Parts: sequence; structure tokens; C-alpha cells
Amino acid sequence: MPSPYNFAYLDEQSKKMIRRAILKAMAIPGFQVPFGGREMPLPYGWGTGGIQLTASLLGKKDILKVIDQGSDDTVNAVSIKDFFRRTAAVKITESTPHATLIQTRHRIPETPLTSGQIMVYQVPIPDPLQFIEPKRPEAAKMHAFEEYGSMYVKLYEDIACHGRIVTAFDYPVQVHNRYIMSPSPIPKFDNPKLHQSPGIHLFGAGREKRIYAVPPYTDVVSLDFKDYPFELETWDESCAICGSPTSFLDEIIMDDQGNRMFVCSDSEYCQNTLKKNTLKKETPCQTDTKK
Amino acid sequence: MYVAVKGGQTAVQNSRRLVARTRRGPKTVPEIGANQIENQLGLAVDRVMAEGALYDRRAAVQAIKQAQGDLVEAIFLVRAFRTTLKRFGNSTPVDTEKMQATRRVSGAFKDLPGGQILGPTYDYTHRLIEFGTKTEGAADKDAPEKKETGKKEEPNTSFTMAPLPRVTDMLGEQGLMEKGTKNLIEEPTQDLTRQPLKIPAPRSIRLQALARGDEGFLLSSAYSLQRGFGLDRHPFLGELRVGFVGVMFTPPELGFEIKIGEIKITECFMINRFNGEKNRAPGFENGYGLVFGQNERKAMSVSLLDRSLQNAEEGKEVKYPGQDQEFILAHSDNVEASGFVQHLKLPHYVDFQSELLSVRSLQNTHPKKKSNNVKTGK
Repeated sequence: MPSPYNFAYLDEQSKKMIRRAILKAMAIPGFQVPFGGREMPLPYGWGTGGIQLTASLLGKKDILKVIDQGSDDTVNAVSIKDFFRRTAAVKITESTPHATLIQTRHRIPETPLTSGQIMVYQVPIPDPLQFIEPKRPEAAKMHAFEEYGSMYVKLYEDIACHGRIVTAFDYPVQVHNRYIMSPSPIPKFDNPKLHQSPGIHLFGAGREKRIYAVPPYTDVVSLDFKDYPFELETWDESCAICGSPTSFLDEIIMDDQGNRMFVCSDSEYCQNTLKKNTLKKETPCQTDTKK
Repeated sequence: MYVAVKGGQTAVQNSRRLVARTRRGPKTVPEIGANQIENQLGLAVDRVMAEGALYDRRAAVQAIKQAQGDLVEAIFLVRAFRTTLKRFGNSTPVDTEKMQATRRVSGAFKDLPGGQILGPTYDYTHRLIEFGTKTEGAADKDAPEKKETGKKEEPNTSFTMAPLPRVTDMLGEQGLMEKGTKNLIEEPTQDLTRQPLKIPAPRSIRLQALARGDEGFLLSSAYSLQRGFGLDRHPFLGELRVGFVGVMFTPPELGFEIKIGEIKITECFMINRFNGEKNRAPGFENGYGLVFGQNERKAMSVSLLDRSLQNAEEGKEVKYPGQDQEFILAHSDNVEASGFVQHLKLPHYVDFQSELLSVRSLQNTHPKKKSNNVKTGK
């Protein structure tokens, strides 16, 4: 019996509808385009928006990379890759430069994107105003009239109460000097990677049924104040595996004595840096990092 | 050394194998058959079809089996199948006046044209678990015996073919109720499953959302209305009917209407008293609910909520969740809700790392900061 499912799961009508929404989103950077989100065979909140974008964009020649928390081998990334391997039989890679399409949850790879690459983000709460104005029609009006005062008031309240802006991830940005946008729950560490990026950045919220985009070479500015400029997270440590002093580090608890280690959250970048470093040093000893 | 980064692939594969094994259980117990589920767990099948928003018994049965009887999971499976199906056209609205009803009950009128039909219901059973007896036997026991012969009388399970005029239409003809049903049918309707939910939503979209909403959520929301969180007086069950209706469709290549199948539905009309306003005479207002399969609890909940949301639309004050269409419509879908609540099981290491850094830096400047000796090891 032939499979009752189409290439990349979605039927062509649905894909066409999603591609139209993508085009509209690309034309109005940062604007949330409502779309006829479909049920996917993975649960809401687990990447259905991203999966729909990927499904509607994949061609047979595409090379797909999927990461979650920066890693290629975390359970949800594995599950999504399996899904597209099964329904679309496309090539899967872990290499950021080789991928034509990268679906991600919560991170942007450390390796800079190049022109022609597409990033697809899984978005749980697309509207940055959600927790300021939970009523959708009201929030839509605020976006339409560029009424962003309350967002700045929220940031100001942070400073007044805590001496700094305490938002650590999903840090709001302004796109092309117009719409305030949620960059999805990436750490604010990744926000600057969106600014003037040569890649296409597409954001899909499945449950909330909205798509938005940052086209290539677009200004993306993290909200801040002149006297309280946007700041990035920093670590005193370097990665315990590859030694990178510049990447986003995850903290790993080693025991119940309070011992911790720090390693790159981007596993592919970590492996590559490790390879480069060991070649440079030409040290044969790798016992520490053996898998 | 550490397992957090690598090892996802194997873990996922093993987990899938384990769930398959758990689902099957010990091989010494015979596997449950699809026909057993379809016939003996018929109400579960009905619920999965309703909230799965797909009238396909075969798919619902398979989904229940595949989900180990977890109905919300089964509903999810059906939705994920439904979404891939092509929409080939619109049927004409089903005519429930011509329903072949197995049940028809009114709480407002003792008798009405077409009569009351009690039919199969748990309403008047005694909820006593029949330990030690087979449920088939228990069902037999419930059947009354004929005194003369001592033989068990087979109750009449057939349905009525007589036309069943709607109570609300009858009230409408007496000028006691506005005729809303016909207008609703004549409105061109959008398809909630093809377009995102927009607030405020028209009644046709609200009824679609309610028809596939979570039974538990709708039940509790309707209950809250009844407890004074939204309704100011007791509503009445105009009527409730369960039965089969024909689905009529005109294929473009034929050009005339044909019957493409029959579906079992539950339809409910609630009536509420209305005391009148300046420009509107006193009378009754209706709330409507229609659900796939036999699910009276849900059809009645939908009717109560439909009335409450109509009130809000007509400009009445919105004070409680059961009156707020965004609250009800945006939270009634259990596939959305279940996914989003449970996504917290997914790794959030990166976000939590950012929170750790942020909280620690806040702590450092806080006057009540505790000194903590955190060691860094490799």
C-alpha cells in the first residue's frame, strides 16, 4: 500500500498556504502573520510551527540540520530529524556550513550563517507583548500603532527595581526600525547574530498560528536605553572540552559537592573547535575528552 | 564523562521500543481487537471522533488502541491524520429534523411532537460496579422480565423515523424566541481548521471550536456558569437528541445532490429566559450545541457556553471566564493545551543557564547575599 502521506507530510495545498504566509512575513520584517496552522503529528509546544515551516520549504535536494539547546543529539532534535527522514528522505547533517536549512529550538549556531541558508525557529509565544497585554486584539493594535511605550516601561521597571534589565532569554528586539519582535527563547547572547545576518530567519508558532521573519541583511536591535545599554552574558570559564572562550556555555553539575563544569551548548561547534585545537597543538593525548 | 549532550538517538529509539512493549503487555493475554474497541468501547470512539474533528470510526479505533486507551493522545493521533486529508467540498447542512433518533429528551416540555424517547442512557442506571460478573451479564440483568412468561423482554433499540420538529422552532413560531438557527445555517462559514482563530470570532467559528473542544474543559466551564460565575438564572434543556443524520453533497461532476453517508450526532438546545429590553420584547434565548457521536454531557456544555458567549457578543458585561470568548476558545483545545503544558519536559538548559547567570548577578548585588562556595571542576 503506498503511503497515505505526502512528501514532507503536509499536503501541497497547505504548503502553498504556508509559503504565502512566509512571503508576506519576509515583506514585513518582524510582523506576525496569522496562518492556517495545521495539526502536526508532534505535540504543540514541541516545535510544530518550525516543523510546518520546514515541511513547506524542504525540497528533495535540501540538507537539513536540526538542533535543540544548540545540540544535534538532544531528544527532540533527534525526533524531528527522524520525522523528516521518514516523511521526506532528505539528507541530514550536523555541519552548520553544509546545511541549507537549519531548524532550531533556543539557540543560533556559533558558526556564522552564509547567504542562502535558512534558519527556522520554533516559537512558543510569538508576541513579545503577550505578558504585557494578553488580549490578542489589543496587542495587535499596539503593534499596528507602534505603541511600544509599555514595553519600555517594563524594561525601565527592571532597572528601577533591580538596577539592570533582567530578561535573560527571549529578549525583545526591534526589526528594521519598526516591529518589536520576539527572537524566540534564544539566550540574549544570540540576539546580535540576527543583526545584518546574511541568512533568512523564519519563526513559526504552531499553537498560536503565526509566522514572522527577519530577511537577510536586516537591522535587528535589542531594546535598551542609552544609559543602560544591552549587555551579553559572559562566563569566567572557557569550555572544558574544546577550550572556546567565546561560545555560550552550559553548566553541568558533576556531583553533589558543588563541582561543576562548563561546556559549549553548540555541540557541533565544540567538536570542530576541539579538532582545530588538537591539530594546532599536535598533542596526541586526548584521554580527557574521549567519548 | 557526561551524558547530557550525546546519546539522544539511542535513548529515543529505546523509549519507542519500550512504549510498544508496554502497550502490548504480557503476550499471554490476547491482543485486543479493533472490532472489540469499536463495539464495546463505542462512547470512547465517539469522543475521539468528536475532539479529533474527524468522523472516521476506523481511525478513531486504531488511535485508541495505539494510545493505550489514553483518549487525549488518541485525539491527537486522529487530528494529525485529519490535517493531511484534502478538503474536497462542503456538504449541505445536515437536517436534524429528519434525524433517525435513538434518544430525544426535553426537560422543558412533558410531551412534544415526535415524543420523548429515552433510548440507551446511563441516566437511570444504578452505578454499582458488578464485581465478579461479566458486564454482558449485568446488562442482561438490567432488562426487565415479563411477569407471565419469566422470559427477558428485548427492549426496542430501533430509532424513530417520525419527523422531529425542533422545540426552539416551536417557541419561535409562538413569538417566544428569535429564530436563530436558520440565519446561522445561511451564513457562509469559515473553516476553523484552515484558518487561525481570530478574536472576536463569529458564532459559526465559536461553535466549531466548541464542537472539537476538550470535554472536561467545556464541562467545567459550563458548570461554572451554572454556579453563578456567568449565568444569573437556571437554564432549561429545550431538547437533546441523539441519532443518525444523512450527509448530503453535490459533487461538481454530477451536479445533483447525493447522500454520501450517515453520521451519528448529538444535538442540544438550551433555553434561557430573557426579561426584555427597550428595543426587545421579553422571551427566551437559545444556546446550541452539536457534537459527533453520542456525547450528551458535552453537547449540553457547548449549549450553555454558546449562550453565554452570545450574551457577551450582544454587549452584556463580561465578568467571568465562562463569558470571555478568548478565555474559552483559546484554551478549549486539548491537543494545544496538552502539548504546551507537557513541553516543559523538553530540555530548557540554555534558557535556564541564562536565568542562572541573571539570578546570580542579581544576588551579587543584593544586600542579603549569601556567600556560596561553588567549585569549578573538569
